Amino acid sequence: MLEHLIPVLAGTLGAATPLIFAGLGELVAERTGVINLGVEGMMLIGAIAGFAAAADSGGGALAGLPAGAVAGMLAALVFAVLSLSMAANQAACGLALTIFGVGLSAFIGQHYVSFSLPGLQPLDIPGLVDIPVLGRILFHQDPVTYLGLITFAIVWWVLRKTRLGLVLKAVGEAPDAAHAIGYPVIAIRYGATLFGGAMAGVAGAYLSTVYTPLWVQNMVAGRGWIAIALVVFATWNPTRLLLGAWLFGGVTILQFHAQGLGIALPVQLLAALPYLATVVVLVLISRDKRLLQLNLPASLGKPWMP
Amino acid sequence: MPLLEPRPTPSARMRLLSPLIAIGLTLAVGSLLFLSLGKNPVEAFTVFFIQPLSSGNGWSELMVKAGPLILIAQGLAIGFRARIYNIGAEGQLIVGALAGGGVAIAFDGVDAWWVLPLMVVAGAIGGALWGAVPALLKTRFNAEETLTTLMLTYIASFTLSYMVNGPWRDPEGMNFPQSIMFGDPALFSPWFEGMRVNASILIATVASIAFWIFTSRSFLAYQLTVGGLAPAAARYAGFSAQRTVWVSLVLSGLTAGIAGVGEVAGPVGQLNLNISPGYGFAAIIVAYLGRLNAVGIVLAGLLMALLYLGGEAAQVALQLPAAITGLFQGMLLFFLLGADVFVDYRLKPRPKPAYA
Repeated sequence: MLEHLIPVLAGTLGAATPLIFAGLGELVAERTGVINLGVEGMMLIGAIAGFAAAADSGGGALAGLPAGAVAGMLAALVFAVLSLSMAANQAACGLALTIFGVGLSAFIGQHYVSFSLPGLQPLDIPGLVDIPVLGRILFHQDPVTYLGLITFAIVWWVLRKTRLGLVLKAVGEAPDAAHAIGYPVIAIRYGATLFGGAMAGVAGAYLSTVYTPLWVQNMVAGRGWIAIALVVFATWNPTRLLLGAWLFGGVTILQFHAQGLGIALPVQLLAALPYLATVVVLVLISRDKRLLQLNLPASLGKPWMP
Repeated sequence: MPLLEPRPTPSARMRLLSPLIAIGLTLAVGSLLFLSLGKNPVEAFTVFFIQPLSSGNGWSELMVKAGPLILIAQGLAIGFRARIYNIGAEGQLIVGALAGGGVAIAFDGVDAWWVLPLMVVAGAIGGALWGAVPALLKTRFNAEETLTTLMLTYIASFTLSYMVNGPWRDPEGMNFPQSIMFGDPALFSPWFEGMRVNASILIATVASIAFWIFTSRSFLAYQLTVGGLAPAAARYAGFSAQRTVWVSLVLSGLTAGIAGVGEVAGPVGQLNLNISPGYGFAAIIVAYLGRLNAVGIVLAGLLMALLYLGGEAAQVALQLPAAITGLFQGMLLFFLLGADVFVDYRLKPRPKPAYA
């Protein structure tokens, strides 16, 4: 059993990486009051930009990830101009961004169909990788997975321990009050939204250049939406987001190891599991209205103009 | 310094102009895109918008594509008026197709008039049930319908994949993921030799008239709209928020389900993995472009159908990827949302310099 479980748990960390990046980005944006339903679209745009940069420059994932971040940020900028500067409906703008991202990535991706990339070798953390069992699970991962954990630590620290974190949260809870004491609400929301875009872009580029380094149309496959659901599940708390991402990483990876673990279900039904789990988890967390109300950024989704 | 200021009252003129502005801007950016791809924009737009309509078959195809788009969008618009965002019509379409297709497979070889009507009813029920799930989750457990409807779309699409790979796979289909081809009693018969247009466009037409009457005449539709515009007022008047959710999601699931049957009993003729080129998502744009109005939706549906046809024509004539249709769809919605801002806001006049 153990020899089957080690690859499952190790794979869980990798499968969770795109959810961690995209989820953290969305979490920060939502803490400032901006709900961006365009995560799926930004991830797809990041995925194709990253893939194109990696393939055309020959630089692999090292070129792909920054390109994905920039592309995701540009996509978020379009959303921000519409929903923040022009106060358009955030839900509709996010949806538009997703539809646009699906179209744009398919359009550009036509060039790259069935191209493949070298990917990234796992990086062993010296010393730690030799710990029995745990070493193979935790310290034999691709570098981006470690980067995801570092990003988590930074976001946690900024939101929890710094003045910047306090300002971000203030803008989300009470934009009028934040404005009255002189904080540039719109500029701060722009910053958080662009950060969310960059993170979604990295998540997408990770998928296309590291996780499964070949181009497949619509390869993000709903992970952007799962990331949004994870933010609700996490009640806007980064630590719970990390746990949720691992949980979903585990459910995602299960389908590839089901046979070894003695689960006899058709592959298509196993592939549907993460989406089913998302519904279940949303129901479990949303039924407690008080818990949600307590943690929900008070101005979430409401357009604000000075 | 904000550039916009709220209008005293929303501009009715802008509400009607905004779709036209969005179409104009999409064409303008589209021209730049064609230029950058080394294509002559005039030639490209001819291929996109004129060529598909220069033959009888083109008009037939326009109806084939407009039918499901209009039907789904009419259902979605009811919910959108009430601010219930069903974005999983694609999944409800798939479940409708599965239910209708299941009937066709079960009664394969039965030559009776009732097979096709039974398929339509089964599809309507299937789609409505798939819409009822998020309604239940929203009313009972407070779960956001945007996320649940979309997750259910993925689940529906994997279920379809399972059915055509497993229990319903055509034994003589050389292992392709597809069901048997349906027999004539399970198909809408084409109206003209060599063209695909069939009676399912009538369903969309009848539905459009029914929705027009429903939205302009019924008290229930009025309650839904008030619930969307002013939830507090609706609560005060005693309109049930729960009923709004149920009606919105079940009704839009029902129309999407029927559209799904229209596909499998029409142009597709079987269950396979390509029963819809994203009609459920494109219908969201159709609903907004049509101003959530039954007549507007018919016009917007025809335009969106033309965009699909244009994409196919551009693939053949200009060697452009058919995905360009998706790109245009996304741009159209963006520009529409941008232009819609000016329904409620206007540009702020520059402050006059103050003289001391």
